[in-house]
Amino acid sequence: MSAIVFEGPTHAGGVAPAEPFHAKKRWTRFILPTYAGLVMLYLVTPILIMILYGFNNSGPKRVSFRWLGWSLYGYIHLFAKPDLTQALKNSLLVGVVSTIIATILGTLIALALVRYRYRGRSATDFVLFLNISAPEIVLGASLLSLFISFGVPRGIATIIIAHVMFNIAYVAVTVRARLAGFDRSLEEAAGDLGASPMQTFVKVTLPIIWPGILAGGLLAFALSIDDFIITNFNAGTTQTFPLWVYGAVKVGIPPQVFVMGTLIFMGGVVIAAINVVAARRKK
Amino acid sequence: MGQRMATGVQLVGKPKARLGKRLAPYLLTLPGGLWLLLFFLIPILFMASVSLQTGSLEQGFQLTWHVGRYWEVLRQYHVQFVRSLIYGSVATGITLLVAYPVAYWIAFHGGKHKTTFLFLLLLPFFVSFVIRTLAWQFILADDGLVLGTLKRWHLLPHSFHVLATSAAVISGIAYNFLPFMALPLYVAIERIDRRVVEAAHDLYAGRSQVFTRVIFPLSVPGVFAGILLTFVPAVGDYVNASILGGTKTTMIGNIVQLEFLQNFHYPVAAALSFLLMAVLLIGIFLYAKVLGTRSIQEYV
Repeated sequence: MSAIVFEGPTHAGGVAPAEPFHAKKRWTRFILPTYAGLVMLYLVTPILIMILYGFNNSGPKRVSFRWLGWSLYGYIHLFAKPDLTQALKNSLLVGVVSTIIATILGTLIALALVRYRYRGRSATDFVLFLNISAPEIVLGASLLSLFISFGVPRGIATIIIAHVMFNIAYVAVTVRARLAGFDRSLEEAAGDLGASPMQTFVKVTLPIIWPGILAGGLLAFALSIDDFIITNFNAGTTQTFPLWVYGAVKVGIPPQVFVMGTLIFMGGVVIAAINVVAARRKK
Repeated sequence: MGQRMATGVQLVGKPKARLGKRLAPYLLTLPGGLWLLLFFLIPILFMASVSLQTGSLEQGFQLTWHVGRYWEVLRQYHVQFVRSLIYGSVATGITLLVAYPVAYWIAFHGGKHKTTFLFLLLLPFFVSFVIRTLAWQFILADDGLVLGTLKRWHLLPHSFHVLATSAAVISGIAYNFLPFMALPLYVAIERIDRRVVEAAHDLYAGRSQVFTRVIFPLSVPGVFAGILLTFVPAVGDYVNASILGGTKTTMIGNIVQLEFLQNFHYPVAAALSFLLMAVLLIGIFLYAKVLGTRSIQEYV
């Protein structure tokens, strides 16, 4: 209706803007796009710094922000610092294990929440909400209180327990969002055609909800590999990549840190891009 | 409709299948629910218990119901407590002001490249939180990229510094949590029915009136979600304060971390984080009461 109203003379004059009622304004039209561009530049700046400092020619020394010229040293000797390499390995191990566990547990909760109305549903929902909105420091400190009370030694196992704990809710929420438009009649059709519930789940349900599970899993992995605060409380003397970097701030950061950061960044961007492209192709 | 018909069919089915169906949601929730119960909810009780214990690492801690501890920690650390709340509020305010126009622009004028712009907003999440903060240390350092250059050109006095000030910590927090604010804002603004906006124009509302009386009120749920998602982690954060700050910018998170992991004053640390949780929970519960728990999850 209103589209017809706007097909009026305002539109005829040259630059056809998306919303014709802005046509009168001239230079002010550029304020918002310029501002948005500047904010995006601001968001990207630290990333550029990280990539840049991966090429800092510091040799085997630990330097912080002094620029010593271009070099591929950090890339060639990427694994020259054994404790840093070990920290990265720990991060990857924790990431993979906690992601698998959290993705399974979170997906099951999502299935229950979307498909059934049951007693305890809103309680489950509230616990998920609370888990997501609680400050990390409280999650970390309270879990540490539990471990201290039982004298549990902190290490890789307690880190994994912690990471599963904060990832279940994120996975459940992500998968649930993707499950919302799920057509139940497909499952009923499979059942009518003689498939057992198990067959129906594996051959019909799982392929349909798989993209959602994948998205939840990727989010969980990203959150796990990046987590600092909760890990810091429950790691004991075990190091993960973010913990190592934090510990190195006072002593100086070797270029390898930035190279690893850059590689993780690139990997994440590539996976996300593939995800977006795949989702578009499906449409 | 479809769901109702489906249950209708189930009711006619065998009673055994009905029992299975009734148990199904519980069986599905059980493993994850148990994990959350054991490692998220119950630990909060243990934190409360630890906060009321007395003793030392060498002699062990005993639950003595020492409620006075809460007064002691507040007397000792109220400065850092209040500072955290102030830093968190200011940083949240900054992110709201910075992110709103961007979210508005992407939602209304993003055109074909909306996804690309959103991706750019999310890009910092692909870099480790600690490294992002570290990069700001490099940028803001006394003889770093920006200040070093300006001082070399004698545009700034040599003693000028940004690091270790409140401004550095607040801007670090604002930077790190900006996407948490921008995304819910975008989702809320994107959802606004364009026909309502057009109707306002048709009814001779000026540009600013359209914004203040139509667009902004309709985006309020996103504003609240953004404030919650930014304010809560901002108040509890200590990475920014410890990398970008100094001794005069210590936040409550730094104290909790110090008392827990270095001084081993477990009761003090537990009491502080319990207090922090209590303060933030008030906000969280208010949010859940007003807008419901589902609304926050839509924005995650």
